[in-house]
Amino acid sequence: MKRTVPLMIVMVGGILMMLQYFIPHQYSQVIFNNYLEWAPIVGAFALILGVGSLTRLHTHKIRRKAKNWQYSWAVLIPLFGMPLFGLIIPQSLGGGSDVHGVHDFLFMHIQVPIQSTMFSLLAFYIASAAFRAFRAKSALATILLLAAVIVMLGQVPIGDVFGRWLPNTGLWILRYPNLAAKRAIMLGVGFGMLATNLKIIFGVERNWLGGAGK
Amino acid sequence: MRINWIGIPAALILLMIPSLSVAQDSVENLTPTDDTVSEMVTEDVADEKIETQPAAGEPLLETDPGLDIPGMITVQDKPNNAGDQFIVTFEPAVNPEGIQCYNVYRRVVSEESENAWDLVKVIPVDKPTEFIDGYDPEYPIEPGILYEYRIASVSLEDTEFFGPVFGAMIVAKGEWFHTGKVKVLIAGVLFIGLIFYYFGKAQRGAKMYLRPISGIEAIDEAIGRATEMGKPILYVPGISTISDVATIASLTILGRVARKIADYQTRIIVPNYDPIVYTVAEEVVKQAYLEAGRPDSYDQDSVFFLTQSQFAYVAGVNGIMMRDRPATNFYLGMFYAESLILAETGSLSGAIQIAGTDAVTQLPFFITTCDYTLIGEELYAASAYLGHEPKQIGAVKGQDACKAIVMSLITLALVLGVLDLVADTHTLDWFRNLVTVSIVE
Repeated sequence: MKRTVPLMIVMVGGILMMLQYFIPHQYSQVIFNNYLEWAPIVGAFALILGVGSLTRLHTHKIRRKAKNWQYSWAVLIPLFGMPLFGLIIPQSLGGGSDVHGVHDFLFMHIQVPIQSTMFSLLAFYIASAAFRAFRAKSALATILLLAAVIVMLGQVPIGDVFGRWLPNTGLWILRYPNLAAKRAIMLGVGFGMLATNLKIIFGVERNWLGGAGK
Repeated sequence: MRINWIGIPAALILLMIPSLSVAQDSVENLTPTDDTVSEMVTEDVADEKIETQPAAGEPLLETDPGLDIPGMITVQDKPNNAGDQFIVTFEPAVNPEGIQCYNVYRRVVSEESENAWDLVKVIPVDKPTEFIDGYDPEYPIEPGILYEYRIASVSLEDTEFFGPVFGAMIVAKGEWFHTGKVKVLIAGVLFIGLIFYYFGKAQRGAKMYLRPISGIEAIDEAIGRATEMGKPILYVPGISTISDVATIASLTILGRVARKIADYQTRIIVPNYDPIVYTVAEEVVKQAYLEAGRPDSYDQDSVFFLTQSQFAYVAGVNGIMMRDRPATNFYLGMFYAESLILAETGSLSGAIQIAGTDAVTQLPFFITTCDYTLIGEELYAASAYLGHEPKQIGAVKGQDACKAIVMSLITLALVLGVLDLVADTHTLDWFRNLVTVSIVE
């Protein structure tokens, strides 16, 4: 029963959604929109579970004095401090979510810079990854290196110094060999999705219910 | 006295001529010229304009008939929709001089109020006078309701000159089948049929060969390595929601991997980005430990929700990598800009890394920084490879059969393209029309 009911829901829902794609009638649209509206509602309840999970994990760490348990305070304090300032503490005491409040100050001066820092790390990681990828250790790696040099130089103004052939060749690599490979992957992905969806809808794949499909 | 029967009528006629002439003059004064007629008609329209002035926008009363007005409005029900769109066509003004645009108003026929007119479209004078009404969610078209339209010519000074009101004559109704999707339906039935055929074939015990994928074969080795080193295994199920098929594929692999981990008595860490994915992942891992006969080994802190902020999640996972030093990192699911930051940090921490995603833009990053990468569809096939169940293998073969059909069509298109070049025919266009479906209607 514990498995049959979810499987039935998935099967009925999955088939309905498949049929819905071909039925533009308003009744079909109403069903589809209802499904879409349910998703954020379920998500909102799941978020409570998520916050509960994070709290449980870090309180366990603090209670057990596990390795690096001090860092858990760095999670728990902002986790409850931000909603406290944003929702509970009155505006007269610096609460609320307006631009002069503590909540906004913490968000703009701690959260945003930290996120920007993390994102900016990407530039350095790309450089190191490119260095590793473009080492000409084999014939294929050398071809990759050459293609990369042509494409990169073709994208920047300095590429024109060598003549129009360089940007044109770079564009050709992007438009034909590169696009062909991308489309081949996307085609495989499309069929993979189709097969996975069918396996789930018809109960062939039950791993998502928990367990290894037994 | 002899009556002059000729003279008297002649004299009367002579007397009547001036009076007829005067009368004719007076009639001429009463009968307008063509120009005067048009002026009078326009004045009538101007009077009507004052009567039907809509409340929408600033009502600009203008009695000077300076602008020409649009003509007949035709309304058709747009096919293949939910009964919420009309195709509206109108005759533009004969003399567009001084008109900057047309304002199209709509209201329900039963509503007599002038406030009921909604401005549904503004069309510049030089643009086509056909449009689809019903796109604006603020002014939706309800199926089965009768509407009426009227259009105003808008002068350069934003003065509106209204044309007559036209009833739609039809109501919008939804269709039960989208006729533009027949080709999709045929292809869908064909591909689904093929996959089911191979399901059945595998179920009947037919032996099927699966090409070995090094990334999947390395999973056992990676778990074994972590066990030998006594270090945990990190499993990242991507940062997408449960509605993403890649996430579902990742969770199915998680079940298989967790089962092996439970057998080997190794520790697993599954940080989650999405709360719904977290709840499913927790259940999957718990069940895997149960099936492995080791429910007591399951650590409830091994699967947890981290955050729904992309780079905060990256920071959290990177922190786990640097502090706990997992021996093996799995990145399976949907990834975005964070993929390289995760994989590069994992590489620096010395872990063996297995990645898999269907995000084409992130694949190069994983290929560069990970030991093994499942490319696109391999992510979906991984569960079948790990489970070795006949139906799962049948699904993979079904996928291959679908790809074979598409490859045949591409080859045929190539041949037809060459034929067109050589023989100056147009077979490729015919073939393209046969198999393609317009994405935007």
